[in-house]
Amino acid sequence: MTYAPRALPKATPAARTARRGAVLHWIAVHALGVAAALFFVLPFVFLLLTSLMSDQQALTRDLTPDTWEWGNYARVWNTPGFLTWWRNTLLYAGLGTLLTVLSSVPVAYALAKFRFRGRRLALMLVVSMMMLPPQVVIIPMYLFWAKQLDLSGSLWPLIVPMAFGDAFSVFLLRQFLLTIPGEYLDAARVDGCGELRTLLRVVLPMARPGIAAVALFQFFYAWNDYFGPQIYASENPAAWTLSYGLESFKGAHHTDWNLTMAATVLVMAPVILVFFLAQRAFVEGVTLTGVKG
Amino acid sequence: MTVRTLRAKRTRGALRTVAFLSPWLVGSGVFFAYPLVSAVYFSFMDYDGFRAPVFNGLENWRYVLADYPAFWPSMANTLWLVAVMVTCRVVFGLGVGLLVTRIKTGAGVFRTLFYLPCLAPPVAATLGFVFLLNPGTGPVNAILADLGLPAPGWFNDPAWSKPALTVLAVWGVGDLMVIFMAALLDVPKEQYEAAELDGASARQRFRHVTLPNISPIVLFAVVTGVIQTMQYYTQPLVAGKVASGVIGNSGQQFEPGYPEKSTLTLPQLVHNLGFQRFDYGSACVVALVLFALSMAFTALLMRRRGGLLQAGD
Repeated sequence: MTYAPRALPKATPAARTARRGAVLHWIAVHALGVAAALFFVLPFVFLLLTSLMSDQQALTRDLTPDTWEWGNYARVWNTPGFLTWWRNTLLYAGLGTLLTVLSSVPVAYALAKFRFRGRRLALMLVVSMMMLPPQVVIIPMYLFWAKQLDLSGSLWPLIVPMAFGDAFSVFLLRQFLLTIPGEYLDAARVDGCGELRTLLRVVLPMARPGIAAVALFQFFYAWNDYFGPQIYASENPAAWTLSYGLESFKGAHHTDWNLTMAATVLVMAPVILVFFLAQRAFVEGVTLTGVKG
Repeated sequence: MTVRTLRAKRTRGALRTVAFLSPWLVGSGVFFAYPLVSAVYFSFMDYDGFRAPVFNGLENWRYVLADYPAFWPSMANTLWLVAVMVTCRVVFGLGVGLLVTRIKTGAGVFRTLFYLPCLAPPVAATLGFVFLLNPGTGPVNAILADLGLPAPGWFNDPAWSKPALTVLAVWGVGDLMVIFMAALLDVPKEQYEAAELDGASARQRFRHVTLPNISPIVLFAVVTGVIQTMQYYTQPLVAGKVASGVIGNSGQQFEPGYPEKSTLTLPQLVHNLGFQRFDYGSACVVALVLFALSMAFTALLMRRRGGLLQAGD
């Protein structure tokens, strides 16, 4: 440590006290940091440890496995349905994210850069839709999808609306687009670019971090969504997603906490992996609004 | 420029705006305005999804507000969660944010570790915590027992189920931490230096420099926390189901709120009334109450100066 007082022979008593204070401060802060880190990390550690226990040991109060049963993960992976849930989740999250980005970018651009009457009203509407609990409109929406279009038992009632602009994504993208100076757009217009060309050639490249953040949020939203699949997909196991299937997995493996925890780890892992791959875009997005996620 | 070309330009501009907004204009009509109006309509109807809806005046409203035994307990639970869970999350989020801005060695590692839990999918995280806190084989109570401390029933005890949910929510406080961190780093350094020159102690600097600077963010965190609490659905429902053991296609239907209605929240009532009892009319009544509450707090968020709706130019 560079804080050792011996390194500075001519230190006055006052300076020494100050330095000792700094060392104590460093120790206190980092001790607190380690304590907080334990609180955040230990649950993951216990889940992992339990997921590796044998069936018998999972019924005890033991904290660490006697034999490391890596085969538990293969057992979960080979459970009937698990791969289907995986595929459905990827479809919902992947296609949903793509549609959301495609439909939300032009809307956000218009709200950020066009001047028109009713813009403030439109913005207030976007924020209201963003804050709307999904349960408020679920009865009419369910009746619409199930009775009129006969699409319940699938994930389409969740995917199709994403082609019509997601309020949260529009809001977040707009916040991001506001930071792009208007001079760039004016320059493009002077050069004879139409609005669409300006959006595609000038705005999109500059908005890439914002788009990345929106895509990540939407992907995580769909991956984590429980309510939507519960309403529309529960009647048809072939349409279940991981979040919904995980719960029924617990129901089917009543006391096998080891298998349930292995399944839980398998559902958490991809999200955490994506986070590590795209950490910067993510943190930027959270600071931009910090509403969802 | 003549008047005519000006007008033509205006029309073109309006068309362009409509074109760019069109996906959302359609979406907000079909997925927001229509179902909202429809919910108001059904709230005055006796409708089970099979027979044609029959007008029954204020009967659904009377039933939900006076006779439906789950309504007031879930209002009380929501109030509890707003008072305790939101407060805990904001205080803890600010604390961890402060801590992270002061950590000098390994700051990036600490930040990542603190942030990770809030990414865990809610169903997975809830399942994990029901296991961690289960009174029979859970590691938390095993450790508490080893230390000679009392071991509560957590998700199986009506007095402890909401505290258990609060622990789960505080575990996922990383989203707030990041927001507070950004706000703390934005506080002008000169103000701290000036305060230090004036001989202000660390606590005084926090009280008179940090807090005034970040108070808008604190308010933002509180209001969005309240709105999130209105939407609180997956964690209490899944916790109740898993802790009670009534899951899946066992033929038994899970009545939400286990144990003893202590985890009921308004969104769960919409599901219970609509999709378990097929009383769509009463479900819409609860949905509208939920709508009114969340919009009231959203209005609070929008009215704040320099808030969500900065003009942008």
